[in-house]
Amino acid sequence: MTTHLLEVDGASKAFGGVIANKDISIKVPEGKIIGLIGPNGSGKTTLFNSIVGSHPIDAGSVRFQGQEISQMLVPEIARLGMLRTFQQTRIYGKMTCIQNMLISMPHRNTTVTHMFGKFSAPDHEKVERLLEFVGLYSKRTLLAGDLSFGQQKLLEFAMALMNDPKLLLLDEPTAGINPTLINGLIDRLKKANAEFGVTLLVIEHNMRVIMNLAEHIYCLAHGEMLAEGIPTEIQNDQRVIEAYLGAH
Amino acid sequence: MKWPLDDKTLYGIILLVLVALPLMAPTYHIQMAYLGVMILLSMTWDVQGGQAGYNSFGNIFFFGIGMYTTAVVQRSMFFDFDEYEKTAGSLDAISSSDYVISLGVGFGASGILCVLVALVIGSAVLGLRGHYFAICTLGLAIGAGEIAGGIDYIGAGSGMVTPVFPDGLGSKGQFFYIIFMVLATVCHFTLKWLYGGRFGLALNAIRDDEDKAEAMGLHTTRYKVMGWMLSAFFLGITGGAMGNLIGFIDPVDTAFAGATFGVWMVLMAILGGKGTIWGPVIGAIIFHVAQELLWAHLFGWQRVALGAMIVGIVVFFPQGIMGYIRAQWPHLLGHKVDEAMTIEDSKGGTT
Repeated sequence: MTTHLLEVDGASKAFGGVIANKDISIKVPEGKIIGLIGPNGSGKTTLFNSIVGSHPIDAGSVRFQGQEISQMLVPEIARLGMLRTFQQTRIYGKMTCIQNMLISMPHRNTTVTHMFGKFSAPDHEKVERLLEFVGLYSKRTLLAGDLSFGQQKLLEFAMALMNDPKLLLLDEPTAGINPTLINGLIDRLKKANAEFGVTLLVIEHNMRVIMNLAEHIYCLAHGEMLAEGIPTEIQNDQRVIEAYLGAH
Repeated sequence: MKWPLDDKTLYGIILLVLVALPLMAPTYHIQMAYLGVMILLSMTWDVQGGQAGYNSFGNIFFFGIGMYTTAVVQRSMFFDFDEYEKTAGSLDAISSSDYVISLGVGFGASGILCVLVALVIGSAVLGLRGHYFAICTLGLAIGAGEIAGGIDYIGAGSGMVTPVFPDGLGSKGQFFYIIFMVLATVCHFTLKWLYGGRFGLALNAIRDDEDKAEAMGLHTTRYKVMGWMLSAFFLGITGGAMGNLIGFIDPVDTAFAGATFGVWMVLMAILGGKGTIWGPVIGAIIFHVAQELLWAHLFGWQRVALGAMIVGIVVFFPQGIMGYIRAQWPHLLGHKVDEAMTIEDSKGGTT
């Protein structure tokens, strides 16, 4: 058996009487781009929250690099190298883009000199390189809260890359982004995967994007795993089509 | 257009003012020393309240602890406890050198004790978010005053006197003016250094979105506790010196003075602009001068005028002076769009 970067095995989560996830299992092999789709309210974001430790799961297990993480706290999991971005986009609004990037550097070193220290020249270079990568270089001294929504999404993505994650969980990266910019974003996601070696697990509603991006797709509906397979299989799966068109 | 002053000129001017002011107005030394206290209170409050967005109403707690600690250290170093209590205030002054030494040891003890207390209490309560933290700290300050009023060792409700200021050290106002201004300067440069690095940005990140900061792996609680320990250190020493400047420590009115200094430190930081390096300083100067003027010219109505001023500050300057400048003229503080779209551009073309 090969160990996958992330293995979710039989995860269940209920909020009171509402069963948000029931017996979900997914596997994310290292170096791949994996998609997660499903109609609104199907439990995708709940699954993300369970994986990164925002709330405990009721049953099942979550393993990252073979290590059980379902009992760990959010920042501890983040420091292992698994990060998530937020559907509503979260950046530090009253700080400049550069400051947003600098404070997103990994927090694995906890010596006092590191915590109270200054940022080095290579740190600043890395910030500039990544801001240029997402096309925000010219806006680097602006307050992040003054950027447009699409630009904030790009900044959030750059901040995640700044943290050198092994696995990045993206919650609707193209939502609210101008259609002409979406192609550029797809390229950047692929580039982050290919060049920086970041494994991606992507929630996406835009079918064109996810079919283009992912190598393997899981589809949730009503909190349960409905189907999985390569994009063409999913596209032609009758159950998936029905779930999206509301036959349930 | 850029900010018109560079750092060197700015600090030069400030140094000049700090030296010239007491020489020009020797009758106002005590008020100037108080100004130093105000600046320190507002600067240290801003670490937690401004930079980290955690409004604390209990920072006066450390001020009080420092005040008592320094006084107790001084008493136990050079006086017999019973004799000191019986003749409170009328004891012969100790020699200048003994006084300075005891004050120094007292400051050290106050600073260290406050840091430890902040570590213990902070670790327990800084897991609380927002309003809950504010209310918890408010209780801390009120409770401390009541408890101090019941401990005989520190004079209980009838208060405690500090050693008589020796004649050999010149004017008392001038002596403490120097102490407070030196302390404020050290505090300013410490904060400036820290805000320019990882620590400052971490506090700002916690202020802007703590959930995001956690999701990015930040040690949020650790940074918050360290921020509070830093405030506590400077507050403890400030309190220690303040006790000696006033000469008498009342548990509720001077040491744990939540209704006066405890509220003022928050107002001064808000007035000047919280979360900025100069805002709390500017706020403290304006507030203190205005307060002194009210006292002098509106006697009898000074509390009413002060109340009106507080309402005015909160309603018209919710962002404070520095916050207003930042919103109005962002380019002055360097927030502008660069014409260079890439790193290559900015290196190649300066035209």
